[in-house]
Order: sequence, then structure tokens, then C-alpha cells
Amino acid sequence: MTTKQISVFLENKPGSLAAFCKVLEKHNIDMRAMCLADAMDFGILRIIVDDTFTTMTTLKDEGYVCQITKVLTIEIEDKPGALVGLLTALGDENVNLEYSYAFLSRKADKAYMILKLDNMAKAKEVLLKLGTRIVCQDEMEQIFGD
Amino acid sequence: MGNYFSPERETASLEQIRAWQTEGLIKAVNKVWNNVPYYRRKMEMAGVTPDDIKGLNDLKKLPFLTKDDLREAYPYGLMAEPLEKCVRIQSTSGTTGRRVVAFYTQNDVDLWEECCARALVAAGATKDDVVHVAYGYGLFTGGAGLHGGSHRLGSMTLPMSSGNTDRQIQFMTDLGSTILCCTPSYAAYLAESIHERGLIDKIRLKAGIFGAEAWTEEMRHDIEQALHIKAYDIYGLTEISGPGVAFECQAQAGMHINEDYFIVEVIDPKTGEVLPEGAKGELVFTSFSKEAFPLLRYRTKDICILSREKCSCGRTFVRMSKPLGRSDDMLIIKGVNVFPSQIETVLLNNGYAANYQIIVDRQKHSDSIEVLVEMTPEMFSDEMSEIKAREKKLVGDLKSMLGIYAVVRLVEPKSIVRSEGKAVRVIDKRNLYKG
Repeated sequence: MTTKQISVFLENKPGSLAAFCKVLEKHNIDMRAMCLADAMDFGILRIIVDDTFTTMTTLKDEGYVCQITKVLTIEIEDKPGALVGLLTALGDENVNLEYSYAFLSRKADKAYMILKLDNMAKAKEVLLKLGTRIVCQDEMEQIFGD
Repeated sequence: MGNYFSPERETASLEQIRAWQTEGLIKAVNKVWNNVPYYRRKMEMAGVTPDDIKGLNDLKKLPFLTKDDLREAYPYGLMAEPLEKCVRIQSTSGTTGRRVVAFYTQNDVDLWEECCARALVAAGATKDDVVHVAYGYGLFTGGAGLHGGSHRLGSMTLPMSSGNTDRQIQFMTDLGSTILCCTPSYAAYLAESIHERGLIDKIRLKAGIFGAEAWTEEMRHDIEQALHIKAYDIYGLTEISGPGVAFECQAQAGMHINEDYFIVEVIDPKTGEVLPEGAKGELVFTSFSKEAFPLLRYRTKDICILSREKCSCGRTFVRMSKPLGRSDDMLIIKGVNVFPSQIETVLLNNGYAANYQIIVDRQKHSDSIEVLVEMTPEMFSDEMSEIKAREKKLVGDLKSMLGIYAVVRLVEPKSIVRSEGKAVRVIDKRNLYKG
């Protein structure tokens, strides 16, 4: 019920994200979602791609340091306040949100959130109790299918 | 221009100097042969016995001693006197983190302090001066050396140690310091701080003795202008005693080596062959007068030129140029010896690959060191706080290994410049050895 996210080490300097994207382009890799977190001199790029395995192999060959992290992808209504209920529930159960980012699909009135939480098992339990849809890796293609 | 601390020695004839050295060398060789198994073994391996050393011309028959020997013999292996006779140790960093420890008897301390007193007098100090010692105190020889020299001379000694610039300046103005002893970069920093506070008119300094790191003539000029003083260089190394092995006189044209205590040679660092006077090569010292820790033919790795031309100060001791470079990869940063291998050790100890580059710079006469470390899968994490914690641990480990603060910058794999496939380990932007 989790999604595989690829985290990549990038230096915080002009052109470094461009160079990375060029690698993806060269290998015809499609990014579904991305988020860049920065420290002073470096950043962690977090991406969801269409083919995680091939992308990992490719990035390692190209000399990037990267790893797979399991995250939760949830589907929410694309409307104001949609996040309040579930975030409150997570907070009430003392589950901490480490980071999160959002993406939209091509169709529907849905929005999607990637969540990294300190207690993934507990989080799943809370979310399922609320009736939140958790999108697993295989279902990703449906979201992006035309 | 006759200001000497020991005039009869500092202006002795060359014949007299040679006589002291010959007598001292023969005595020292016999002493280490009898008292130091490590030396005896080294001499036996080189096929030399004390009987082969009859004079200075035979010096070249003795094997060289290097920092590796000091490390191997650590801590007591090179001592030529029983520990009970020793009164002091001083220490300096060595390669791969093992420190070099030097032992002193009371006579050794006296000898060292005399060398420093000579340096002070050569810089114009008298017993009426206030000597402000802002070298670090402790294991480092800078503080202890000039402190002792000032005592010997009978000057008022201010044992300031390094750091706390406000207090340095306050004592300087309140107590009227006249001679400043510290690293040249700290002198430049003090000068700047004094001007910032508008206190230059309250400063009574007339001269400074600045050593423990390389500095250029341009830097000398800047410091002299800013502090209205004469700035003198001083040379030394813990292994041989400490600062004061050689010192500048008022001619400011090279440093006189205290030849009544130390024999100096210049060798080709590749072949070990002794070079003729005036040739550029590595300095090798024989500290024949030292009791506890006499070193025979110790390779300094400092590249220099010697000159026996007559000096206007009247001293007859040979002069050495400022070091023109190193024959190994040692860096001197903020007066502290740094070997790239120490950084490598820290990385390996942390379980990381040793892909690094050291960038040394000097801004406003102050050194900085930045260590670029290529990111590895072991160091990487999806969590920023994890990476930050690992980075912080590296900074801490480097601090305790090197003794100075180094900035760590994590960079992408394979991003460190490689030259013919080999990573360039050191980029020194300071340009120190241009003279």
C-alpha cells in the first residue's frame, strides 16, 4: 500500500537540477511528482517516476547517490479544507508528518498527496479508518493513464 | 647594529662554529649509539658506527631521520636520557593523527629559551620591553617558546595565549605591550581589529615576531604599515626544539640558524644527496646539543636556500630563506600542521570513501579550510536531519583530528576535479611561497 519514491542527492548550485532532468530525458523517464528540499549547500530531490527500478539503475550508472524511500500516496478531494480532517486525525494519534508534497492527475477532481510519516503503520490505520484512499504503486498508472 | 643576546656565540668565527659542531656531533653520535636502541639499529642497518664519525664531513654517512621514525618510536623510543631527567614535553600533530612528542631536560629548555631570547633581542627587545605572547599555550611550542625567551631576557612577559581579541587589545593598550609574538595571520587580524576600534594611537608596539606559518613579504609590509612596527620572521619545529631554531635580525634578509646548537644541511629531497651551499633543497637538522631528544639528520620537508653571505647585523650564523615550499603534502593552516591523510583517516573511520578535496584560502590574512566530501550511499539519507547529523559528526571529528575548525561541504559523486584520473586533493589558493 506504499509508493516507492526515489531520493537523490543534488548539490545546491546553478544547473544541477537541469543536469539531472537531462539524464531523465535521455532515458525517457517520466516524472510523476517531484519535490526539492534544500539545506545550505545541497538538496534532496524526491521524485515519483513511472519505472522505479529502471530509473534507480540508470541514476546509479550516471553516478548519482540515490535511494528508495517508501511513502504514502493518498487521494483527496481537490477542494478547500480537504486536508484538515485527516491531518488532525494523524496529529491526534501522535503521528508526525516529516514531509509532504502534492500533485494533480490529468483527470478528475482529485488531488494527490505524498506523505512521509514517522510511523507509517499507524498512519495507514488512521487513514483507512477515515476512509481515505491510499494509492499503491500499481494504481499509479491508472491515475496517469489517458 | 650590534644587539645580541649572546654576542660571543652569535658572532663567533666560522672555525669556532665548526669546532663546536664537530665536538657536539661526535658526542651526540656516541650518546645515541649507547643510549637509544632505535638509533643504534638504524646506524647498524646503514653500516655506520660511532668510529666512522670523526668530523662534520662524516655527517652524511649517518642515516636520515623522518617523521615516520618519530611515529614508530612514539612515545619513548628516541629518548636519550632517562625519563626522570626530563622536565617537559611539547607536541605537534603528525601524519594520520599520531602526535609527535618531544622531551626536554632542564638544559634542553634552557637551550630553547636562549634561542628565543636571541630572536627577541635581534628584533630589538631589551629587558625593559613588554612582550605580548599571543601564540597558543599548551602542547604547541609557540607560546612556551617565546614566553621562555622573554623570561630569559628579563622582559615583562604577558602570557596572553591566542584568541579573545578584545582582551588582547585591552592588555596591549593598558599595559603598553611593545613586542608582539603570534602567528602573522593573527597579527594581521589584531591590526585590523585595533583599527576598527580606533585604538591605534594607544598602541605602543615597536616590533613583532611572527612565525609558525608561511607568510609573504607583502603580508609583512601590510602588518608593518598597519601596526607601525618592524615585523620579524622566526622558524622552528617541535622536533628540533620549537621556535627559535632560526630567527630574523634587523636586516630582515633571511633567518639566522643557531648553528652553535644545530647543524643544518640542504639535501635533494629525491636522492638525499647533500647539496652545495646556495642550492635550493630540503632542510635537514642535527640537534647535537639536545640531551633528551637529540635528532641526527632530521628531515624537515621544508624547502629552503641557505646563504653564508656576510650579514649587516654582524652575526656569523648561516641564514635560511623563508621556506619556499614543502617536499611532502603537509599544509600549515592557522599555524597548525595539517596532512591530507588526517582527513582521509576521519572519512574512513566514519565508514565513508576517501573522496575529498581540501580548499585552503586566506582572506584578509586569515586562513580558512574547506573540505569537500563526495556524497556516498552510506552517507546519504532521505532525511535531511540524518545527513545534517552525519555532516556535523564529520566536522566534529575533523576538529579533534586537526585541532582547527574545517567547513565540510558535501558534493555530488565524481564532482571533485581529477587530474589524469587522480583526484586533486589540495587546492591552496593562498600562494604563500612566492617570496
